[in-house]
Amino acid sequence: MTTTPADLTDLRPRRQILDRAFRGTTLLAGALILIILVLIAYTVTNKSLPVFRSEGFEFFTERRWAPNKEIYGALSFIYGTAITALLAVAISVPVSLGIALFTTQVAPLRMKKWLVSLTDLVAVVPSVVFGLWGIIFLAPKLLGVYKHVSAWFHGWPILGDIFGRTGAGRTFMTAGLILSVMITPIITSISREVIETCPQTDRDGALALGATRWEMITGAVLPHSMSGIVGAVMLGLGRAMGETIAVALVIGSSPNITANLFSSGDSLPSVIAFQWGEATTEIKRSALIAMGLTLFLITIVINLLATAVVNRATKRVQGT
Amino acid sequence: MAVVTANLQPRTQQLAAELTGISGRRRTKNTVMTVLMALCVIVVGGALLLVLGTVFAKGWSIVSGQFPAWFTKDIQLAPRRPGPGMKAAIIGTAVITAMATLIAVPLGILGAVYLNEYGRTRLFARVMRFFANVMAGVPSIVMGLFIYVFWVVPRGINGLNGFSGALALACLMLPIVVRSSEEMLRLVPQNLRDASYALGGSTSRTTVRVVLPTAAPGIISGCLLAIARAAGETAPLIFTIGAAKRTNWNVLEGTNTSLSMQIYGNAKESFVTAQERAWGAALTLITLAMLFTLMARMLSARIARTR
Repeated sequence: MTTTPADLTDLRPRRQILDRAFRGTTLLAGALILIILVLIAYTVTNKSLPVFRSEGFEFFTERRWAPNKEIYGALSFIYGTAITALLAVAISVPVSLGIALFTTQVAPLRMKKWLVSLTDLVAVVPSVVFGLWGIIFLAPKLLGVYKHVSAWFHGWPILGDIFGRTGAGRTFMTAGLILSVMITPIITSISREVIETCPQTDRDGALALGATRWEMITGAVLPHSMSGIVGAVMLGLGRAMGETIAVALVIGSSPNITANLFSSGDSLPSVIAFQWGEATTEIKRSALIAMGLTLFLITIVINLLATAVVNRATKRVQGT
Repeated sequence: MAVVTANLQPRTQQLAAELTGISGRRRTKNTVMTVLMALCVIVVGGALLLVLGTVFAKGWSIVSGQFPAWFTKDIQLAPRRPGPGMKAAIIGTAVITAMATLIAVPLGILGAVYLNEYGRTRLFARVMRFFANVMAGVPSIVMGLFIYVFWVVPRGINGLNGFSGALALACLMLPIVVRSSEEMLRLVPQNLRDASYALGGSTSRTTVRVVLPTAAPGIISGCLLAIARAAGETAPLIFTIGAAKRTNWNVLEGTNTSLSMQIYGNAKESFVTAQERAWGAALTLITLAMLFTLMARMLSARIARTR
């Protein structure tokens, strides 16, 4: 079949319309992410207004949470979120870096594949399963450990307060420990990718100067990948702050502001999940939604910074 | 050290070791740090094994002990009584996750097509890419609250159904699908596109007929990982699907339940029977998640071989 010019010109407008429509659809789908983020900010803020109207800014500075007395304060939950997330990062960062360095610098190629799968496998375990394991298996075992440690440090100046008296296995510490396992995959995989961009010439240079492997790592590999690792740690922090179910099950659900890591507490996402079912009044729901808003804003700021840091790190490495 | 001496003869290696003369302290530090790094791997591997081992040991006796009933009977109404089944939750997880996939995967792939085929380095595309990363970090509980406020509240009590849960999960999956799909589209060689253009293909036709089929295995692999992640989520469902103990095949109507919700609910109970139910559900859920992850792995391994 031959095509005459008339056929072609006939086809062109239709094809152009199709092409335009396709482009428009993809553009809309791409824009959807921004639309959803804006919608989240708008609708969630909207529903938090009742509690802000009745409590004002004190919502963030009030320590007490007593819905039956109409007192709604988020401070102890913000504290719990911060302390458990920081604890998780403090435990997870050295371990994740160790795994990332072992995978990229020490392990032979064959083993490397297995190590990558291992960390990915941790990410596959759903958070509710970690929570179940934490509440039934880990927490009762940890109680004995906590009692031992707190007896040991009893009467010490600062450590005595941090590792204070305990009555339960469900504590800030337990939540921090579970979280640290859960954020290890994300910190490990991002730092591993950044570390792998370290040029072979840098590493060979260090070795040629007579450095041991560890000196090569501290002298060439780590300085090169530092900013990327910082970004990875921040992403891990954001993940730890937003983790809900695992924390809700093991933190003990009693709002507390104390330096004692062996005391039970509560966090923003955990209280939302735990008290949602009992929240029948509009003001209490609004207070819980306002905590969600607080969480959203904190994690958005952390993620914005982290993404910017990681982007800049990889861009500099690629030399664009 | 290893890199430099790897290709030398054994005798020369020995000589090199003598010549470099690394002091004892430096050598010890190197060894200690290497051992510590290996220890990190062992600690995390051990923790993972402990979790998986406990779930398997405790879950297996429940699932196999009530073998056919576990998959065919609805959930026991009273948590303290030993109950037969988990069918309602298995079906719930399946239909809700499937619905979420139907929503998030096409939109995510289209978004990725925009980013890689049209937007490329334009400011708008760069901003979108940036926010896809940011959205991937938004806690899943916030997605649940958002869908509750935005979708469930206007519909009142009828808003609590599988579809609302699927919407929340879709919000969670969207940025993951966009990011992984774009990565796969970027790997498609430019030659293929150029060849299609030379034959007179438009961008849309090139994308649909050439680029997407080429990237398909990788895109599917990414989507499977996103599905595995969504199937295990609990937080977004608390606000959106209500609570049910009977099997509900209808995503669009009526309250529903899921494996993750059953684990969460039963883990909070102090009755041994409820806890056993939670372990059984955990084993079922982990097996599902592993299955999807394994399929994704096999797909990406096949791509790596053909490339």
